[in-house]
Amino acid sequence: MISLYLPERTWLHAVPAGWKLLALALISLVAAPLNSLPVMAGLLLAALVLYASLGKAALKQIALLRPLWPLFLILLAFHWWNGDITAGLVVLARILAMVLLANAVTMTTRMDAMMDAVEPLLAPLRLFGGSPRAVALAVAMMIRFVPLLFALWEALNDSWRARTGKRGGWRLLAPFCIQTLRLSHHTAEALAARGGAPRGDRR
Amino acid sequence: MKDRSLVQIALYAAIFAVLGLLPRFDLPFAAGVPITAQSMGAMLAGVMLGAWRGALAMVLLLFVVALGAPLLAGGRGGLGVFFTPSVGFIFGWIAVAFVAGWIMQALRKAPVFPAALIAAVTGGIVVMYAFGIAGMALVGGLSVLDAAKACLIFIPGDAIKAVLVALIAQTVARGLPEALLSRNA
Repeated sequence: MISLYLPERTWLHAVPAGWKLLALALISLVAAPLNSLPVMAGLLLAALVLYASLGKAALKQIALLRPLWPLFLILLAFHWWNGDITAGLVVLARILAMVLLANAVTMTTRMDAMMDAVEPLLAPLRLFGGSPRAVALAVAMMIRFVPLLFALWEALNDSWRARTGKRGGWRLLAPFCIQTLRLSHHTAEALAARGGAPRGDRR
Repeated sequence: MKDRSLVQIALYAAIFAVLGLLPRFDLPFAAGVPITAQSMGAMLAGVMLGAWRGALAMVLLLFVVALGAPLLAGGRGGLGVFFTPSVGFIFGWIAVAFVAGWIMQALRKAPVFPAALIAAVTGGIVVMYAFGIAGMALVGGLSVLDAAKACLIFIPGDAIKAVLVALIAQTVARGLPEALLSRNA
């Protein structure tokens, strides 16, 4: 599956996932109430320095922010309209810095390492009769479902095109839902045949 | 939790992801305005699964996105999306699915199309924009009124999606009645 993860190892890869998440949470808590432009610009600069220290591949990932530009322009326009362009720049710098920092954590942490890091947070589920292992199973099933559902959509689209010569588009949604439900019945049966979803602790 | 519920939650989380990754639909009755189908996923999860399972499907989706999977429209994902001004909409999806599912269950006796339409409009527009505007105001540093103005351009697209969800629910109810889990709970 495509991923935001950077395959080449950097120094940030070596930092345990838990520490990175903790640092991100702390920075976001500290940055949220601050409204000084120099401080926010400094934070943004620090985020950019972090990317530079991670290498060329990381710098390329800054392009992921491109879809946000229209929204940023709208935000700036509103702040300018209200006569406080500085406030708009503070907000913009804070959003950019936090998104960059958060993406840096995602870029340098494997999904399974992230899962292990947040697993202790799932422990309270046991009080409600849930299980952290059931969560891990649901995550795995969902990720596995995505390519299956794609293939299913393509098959429906092909047969629609064979009949009409056009793309199916939204008309495929209802048959798609029905077919996926069949798929989920089979999966549930297969799961039950293997002893069902886990109930106890992990491993 | 029963195996079947767990699978259905995973399924609708995956459907949500697939809706965002599909090429954009051109809706004939929207004068060819392209819209991403993704926010339909939240309404669909609620209307199809009911309140609790629908909401849990959205929780699962957000969890996997936070773990680092680029499953949101346009291949967005990872922790970064939770720091953008759209974060209100993103967390709103949980409430959207819950409210849509709850209305669907409450209107169990009503015909499918109007029930699903009420559920999708209330969840997918009223609830979603309440969350979306709050998020835009908080993260973007705007007043609630300005935030509302910045969000309103998306409402026509979501109204179309709500109608589509109701049409889908009706078709599914005809083709495979037991698939509409919100009704036989």
